[in-house]
Amino acid sequence: MNKLPTIRRIYSVFFFVLFLVLLFATDFRHLKGYETALFLEISPLTFFATLLSSFTVYKGIILSLFVIIPTIFLGRFFCSWVCPMGILNQWVSHIFNKRKNIDHNKINSYRSFFAFKYYLLTFLIVLAAFGSLQSGLFDPISFLTRSFTISLFPAINHSAFTMYLKQPIFSGGIIVTLIFIAVMFSNRFLTRLWCRVLCPLGALLGVISAFSPMRIRRDTKKCTDCRKCLKYCQGACDPHAALRQSECHLCMTCIEECPEGALHYGLKKQHSSEHLPLDVSRRRIIETTIATAVLFPMMRSAVNARTLDTASVIRPPGSIPEGDFLRRCIKCVECMRVCPTNVLQPALFEAGLEGLWSPVLINKIGYCEHNCVLCGHICPTGAIMPLTVEKKIKTKIGTAFYNRGRCLPWAMNIECIVCEEVCPTSPKAIWFQNTELIMRDGSIKTLKRPFIDTKHCIGCGICQNKCPVHDSPAVYVTSIGEHRSRTNQMVLKGN
Amino acid sequence: MKEDNPNSKTVSPERRNFLKACALSLGAAAAGVVFYSKEPVKRQEGKIHVLKDHRVVIPGVYPKLCIVHGKDVLKMVTAAVEKLGGISKFVEKGQRVLLKPNVGWDRQPEIAANTNPEVVAAMVTLCLSAGAKEVWVTDVSINDPFRSFARSGIEPAVLKAGGKVKIPTENDFLSTDLKGEILKVWPVVSFLHQADRVINIPVLKHHSLSKCTLSMKNWYGILGAKRNRLHQEINISISDLAAAVKPTLTVMDATRVLKRNGPTGGNLADVSAENTIIAGTDEVAIDACCLKYLDLKTEDVAFLKIAEARGTGTSDWKNALRHEEFSV
Repeated sequence: MNKLPTIRRIYSVFFFVLFLVLLFATDFRHLKGYETALFLEISPLTFFATLLSSFTVYKGIILSLFVIIPTIFLGRFFCSWVCPMGILNQWVSHIFNKRKNIDHNKINSYRSFFAFKYYLLTFLIVLAAFGSLQSGLFDPISFLTRSFTISLFPAINHSAFTMYLKQPIFSGGIIVTLIFIAVMFSNRFLTRLWCRVLCPLGALLGVISAFSPMRIRRDTKKCTDCRKCLKYCQGACDPHAALRQSECHLCMTCIEECPEGALHYGLKKQHSSEHLPLDVSRRRIIETTIATAVLFPMMRSAVNARTLDTASVIRPPGSIPEGDFLRRCIKCVECMRVCPTNVLQPALFEAGLEGLWSPVLINKIGYCEHNCVLCGHICPTGAIMPLTVEKKIKTKIGTAFYNRGRCLPWAMNIECIVCEEVCPTSPKAIWFQNTELIMRDGSIKTLKRPFIDTKHCIGCGICQNKCPVHDSPAVYVTSIGEHRSRTNQMVLKGN
Repeated sequence: MKEDNPNSKTVSPERRNFLKACALSLGAAAAGVVFYSKEPVKRQEGKIHVLKDHRVVIPGVYPKLCIVHGKDVLKMVTAAVEKLGGISKFVEKGQRVLLKPNVGWDRQPEIAANTNPEVVAAMVTLCLSAGAKEVWVTDVSINDPFRSFARSGIEPAVLKAGGKVKIPTENDFLSTDLKGEILKVWPVVSFLHQADRVINIPVLKHHSLSKCTLSMKNWYGILGAKRNRLHQEINISISDLAAAVKPTLTVMDATRVLKRNGPTGGNLADVSAENTIIAGTDEVAIDACCLKYLDLKTEDVAFLKIAEARGTGTSDWKNALRHEEFSV
């Protein structure tokens, strides 16, 4: 009796639960120094893509060597043993197809369009080498972290279990939700469609496991060609014929199903069958590379926060300059998970198409908590750098302005200055003048009218968030003056 | 099988379909009649709650106001409450006590933007010693509540003393008629309705608009919704709240006083160590008594005049009220 499939199942449950627990613990109350971004850090795709985009292996990302090096020798074990996305897809496929009368041979056989993921990987890698990191859109760990943060956890909070004090909301969250549901639903039509056809991380692991000495091997003398090994095959790697090593997840179910004991995992034996190499056409790889290389300069013509300083692109404190930011951000939205005020929001097109789902502050929803530095400490790629509290409370992410046409003391002669009350800097960036005014009825009233001192304003946005004229606040923050930019400045002196 | 037997009496498909159609139309007609309404949406009017009076009658032999100076917070709080009649006069066995400190901001205790955690912990200990069943501590913070309760030191101090921290979620508010001049029906934190006794534990600090944040203004922290509108009539709002909420006892934390840049603070230079606890049952008197720490006079503070005129209390604590001042 082969124990490997059982061990694999135990591992898959363990890693999926670990992923959930770590993501759940990614908040102020449970953080306590755990390596909550562990799964994001061990993604080899993030390792290679960020290495190409900015020539560094940042901090925890070095941990992905624990996946890369074993994969070179053992094969693509990550996908069915560790990857929470792969495991979830497997479970969903199993539920969908359990009672369906389907042709397992057909559904679990390799098909030529499964090679699409290698071209997608090429596209993302070439793009990263040019300095636009888009791997996070398809990296399964980023994908699942994003989907759970934006869809699943708020849904749990909404329906039963209180995870947040306030129901979190996310700009364009429904798009992330629908994509997540679509990917899960696709398993109904083709088992593990995401893993087999789309996943660039799987493709990358397929490439680096192409020469592994350890693999599933079929004894041609013992094999009776019954094809039972195909029944639960997760990778669609054709264990009944010449195994496609780069597709194999080492799920070990083929060994379990084989009535003849013809399959084993390990080194080559006397009657072991031949294996097929990576199913990619060199011509198409070159085509993809050239197409991306042509596309990239065309994308440079885009108007985004990199090419033009943009008022609404307020990045979290500690963010590196926009060009570098787009080289580092994998849109995993861990920062949005950890943010206590819900101010960090997935950008739609504010930061350009390149910056889709990258974090921006929307002060109508929340504000940057003065003494909070969690986003920088959680960010796995260093797009947001960790700051100390002392440094953070001096880090300017934007500047507040008054819209005097809407501000109650300025426009309507009504007492207010809530903005001054909540301004967290010391001394307060918002100050006021006592002004004597003649009211409509001729009476005289002394009012406090607020002003911004740009020297002290750090752009945290609590003034905007707490302004009583809240549909379109009378005090609002724009990105100008932000610490990370040399160009996005307005005053000559004293910033 | 029934269908397989040609002799059995079966309903013809046409007849069955006709019966189904009849049933469906009946159902539709019934739904139309039952749900017919002149309103576009069915609305359920929620219950409007009223606040309880949490005050207790204390024999006249005891002072109404007590000022205690010292360094040991637990001793000061205990001595102050003892002078006012003892904790057993205020809290009875088996009661649920709600403490309302000021936990508005994500600031460390030293900044003095929140109530000193030692004062809160001392009150938890006192209430439990009087046999209280539960001691709850709540506030509707302005900064992130989790951060505010943790970093103010109040959450760990309360848990250590044996109390419960009740951080309100969106579902913990009840529509309440405050019956004020401008404050009518507002969402009020439900713990206030559920408690038998309520003890106000404010901190003494500066505020630009109202001049000071004292015990009466501390009731801002029971309101949900967009309470930032209250600034437009801050003095009437404070007086309305003080008239609506009738606490059992008030224990003012003047151990550290934030003298400038309030109510948020952020600089130790703005904090002055006054090492004082002021306890009593008359909020107006307590607030008036606090003014000297902020170099204010009763005339400067409009909400005191309004509250006094309404009979909420007396600002002339020196002459009109039995008080004691001592050190421990």
